[in-house]
Amino acid sequence: MSDHEYTPKSKFGKWFNDRLPLLSLASHLTDYPTPKNLNYWWTFGGILTFCLITQIVTGLVLAMHYIAHADMAFDSVEHIMRDVNYGWLIRYIHANGASMFFLAVYIHIFRSLFYGSYKSPREIIWIIGIIIYLLMMAAAFMGYVLPWGQMSFWGATVITNLFSAIPLVGEGIVTWLWGGYSVDNPTLTRFFTLHYLIPFLILGLVVLHIWALHVPGNNNPIGIDIKKPSKDTVPFHPYIVIKDGFALLMFMIVFAFFVFYTPNILGHADNYIEADPLVTPAHIVPEWYLLPFYAILRSVPDKLLGVVAMLSAIFILAALPWLDTSKIRSAVFRPLYRQFYWILVADVLILGYVGAMPAEGLYLLIARVATAYYFLHFLVILPVLGYKEKTLPIPLSITEPVLGGSPNLATAKNNESLNK
Amino acid sequence: MKNFFRIIFLIIFLFGFQHNSNAAEKVEYLKTDWSFKGLFGKFDRASLQRGYQVYTEVCSSCHSMKYLSYRNLAEKGGPEFSEAQAKAIAASFEVTDGPNAEGDMFTRPGKLSDKFVMPYENIKAAQAANGGAYPPDMSVLVKARGGGVDYIYSLLQGYEDPPSGITLDDGVYYNKFMYGNKIKMANQLSDGLVEYADGTSSTVEQMSKDVTTFLMWSAEPHLESRHQMGFKAIVYLIILTILVYFSMKRIWSRIETEV
Amino acid sequence: MSEKKTNRRDFLFTATYAVGAVGVGATIWPMIDQMNPDASVKALASTEVDVSSLNPGKTITVLWRGKPVFIRRRTQEEIDDARSVSLEDLKDPQKDEDRAKDPEWLVMLGVCTHLGCVPLDQKGDYNGWFCPCHGSHYDTSGRIRKGPAPTNMEVPKYEFVNANTIKIG
Repeated sequence: MSDHEYTPKSKFGKWFNDRLPLLSLASHLTDYPTPKNLNYWWTFGGILTFCLITQIVTGLVLAMHYIAHADMAFDSVEHIMRDVNYGWLIRYIHANGASMFFLAVYIHIFRSLFYGSYKSPREIIWIIGIIIYLLMMAAAFMGYVLPWGQMSFWGATVITNLFSAIPLVGEGIVTWLWGGYSVDNPTLTRFFTLHYLIPFLILGLVVLHIWALHVPGNNNPIGIDIKKPSKDTVPFHPYIVIKDGFALLMFMIVFAFFVFYTPNILGHADNYIEADPLVTPAHIVPEWYLLPFYAILRSVPDKLLGVVAMLSAIFILAALPWLDTSKIRSAVFRPLYRQFYWILVADVLILGYVGAMPAEGLYLLIARVATAYYFLHFLVILPVLGYKEKTLPIPLSITEPVLGGSPNLATAKNNESLNK
Repeated sequence: MKNFFRIIFLIIFLFGFQHNSNAAEKVEYLKTDWSFKGLFGKFDRASLQRGYQVYTEVCSSCHSMKYLSYRNLAEKGGPEFSEAQAKAIAASFEVTDGPNAEGDMFTRPGKLSDKFVMPYENIKAAQAANGGAYPPDMSVLVKARGGGVDYIYSLLQGYEDPPSGITLDDGVYYNKFMYGNKIKMANQLSDGLVEYADGTSSTVEQMSKDVTTFLMWSAEPHLESRHQMGFKAIVYLIILTILVYFSMKRIWSRIETEV
Repeated sequence: MSEKKTNRRDFLFTATYAVGAVGVGATIWPMIDQMNPDASVKALASTEVDVSSLNPGKTITVLWRGKPVFIRRRTQEEIDDARSVSLEDLKDPQKDEDRAKDPEWLVMLGVCTHLGCVPLDQKGDYNGWFCPCHGSHYDTSGRIRKGPAPTNMEVPKYEFVNANTIKIG
């Protein structure tokens, strides 16, 4: 994975590096040739790393005070909020951090969709990313159960009941997941254990994700293969580091605003009521980041098929590198795809909106249309578009984007700020 | 920079949704000025102290506040009773302690470290005494209701005679701000119900405001330090962002001149 | 590139690093401070003990801040023993009068100053306490006389609220 051989200057450094090439790794990471035209949408990888570390650190701290027991979980969270030194701050960072994490991951995913970063030779990076995304959803769901409020309890009940849709063994699986005949203390303790474990699995996958990225190198806004290192690239440090840092700080300002001024706006009031197995809240709504999938689930009138549709909506992403038949990566040079891309963005936002609404009347109709379009986009539009679309001429390199004085360059430049 | 506006637009757009989703069944709540709202919001100490008085004299006969301790009354950012006042308040309550050397429970005057005394032993006892309805614990009540402080403030003043056509069972009352309009708590407040030590006139409106302020504090006891820290944190982040921005320009200027 | 420009660049980068480091420090502090005793633990600082049923020659052990506190009502013989010792014989010289204001009552943390075990009552070479972990002997005033412990057993802040009640802390 090294692009050039690195020899430490000091004698000890050389001795150490021969045995454990940490210095070579550091050198690789700092010198890693990165396309110089990466725009700010590319900073979300770094932002996501920050989110993961933040969640792990604040989570470890919370675990020192939290008690995973059905009788004490709610009390222990209030204990954290009231008595533990800075406990309120740490908990609000962790709770809002989950939302910020998903916000960043959605931007990261949609960046990839726009610039075709999932295409050959980056399929493995993409698939690892999808697995990370799935694990994030599992971690977020189980984390939401831990405060043992009403939404925790009923969210856990509803989501675990999804498994009862499986023919024959469904009921058995649900009982197994619960460790009883309802969501109760055994469920809470196992969710806590898994919630603690998953971030470290994600961390491991992130290492693989970055490793797989460093083999072909970054995609870039114009989506062409570049020679590296070359005039088209800059070393990761300091150029990309400082740019990521700048974007991260902007992100942190938004984050801080939520934590300090509206810490509960993304949560649900019912979760400040302790779990009560006898009373279900009037509206059960998942956290905002799961709403599109919730809408897909509810738009199908059959229990099993609803679950299948919801899971397919996620797993279909894993097949994306093969569903998209276009040879051109970046949407900058795909005028038709670009339009369908924005329709998909709108479609997912609409799904999120109707996911928060009661599943009846017009909302249900909209949810059904939006669900159908979601699948249509991936299963029909993308494969066909690859063959039918008339793409714009692509430049040969980043520094010399003009291909025989292409008249389309101006358009391309308008659509994407090629130069930072 | 164009991308930044897009990111910010997207963020606003996404979180705008969340807002809308709660708007489905919005009732116009009564409005009042809350001193704790806004970037520098702080509690009104006198209002918190009056609110505590309303809680003790009116609410506490049915509603517990199990997460509060008497020491909280003297803590910074709260009602800020003096330590001596808080001790006297605590001592005015009989607290069950024990078991003693003989294995019996006994009562003693409260101490600062004691939790607020609960009106009922447990939820079942509370239900039995209140016709089956459990008066909810009020420690985090403000955060547990969609409308927050505005909802509680309105509810306390929302009692009306039921419109014709609505019949109410025994022990059920009509409240125009309650979800479904039927509430099992009778109207508790009437003008002049408590006598405020500071001479403030105890109208229903004033008492509602004071006790709601008190409940907001009990749900978010660190609200003031949160606001203060938040302001510092955001100012700090903006300064660092500016510094990093210029550092970034400086660093990138190295290659942009080369090209 | 002029020298002036270099200086300004250095200043910009130094300022950025410095401001960044302040932020990192300010962020780390809450993560460390959360492990300190929380507000509810700090509030439980005092305990009241009813000693009316305690006879001379007996000890009771009560829990204060999660540690045992020995309250011993001493016999005259023990008091005489403790008060007759010359300070030169002590490893950690301290008068019994300073340790037990009311000579009949000895109140001290029942924690060996060596490594924190709980010493046994009425054991050891000095008829006081003996720590079974590493063999420290304490006298009838709880002072270290023999063994690895460096100091006498600690006397906490306490007072008689009335004739029958001791308030520790």
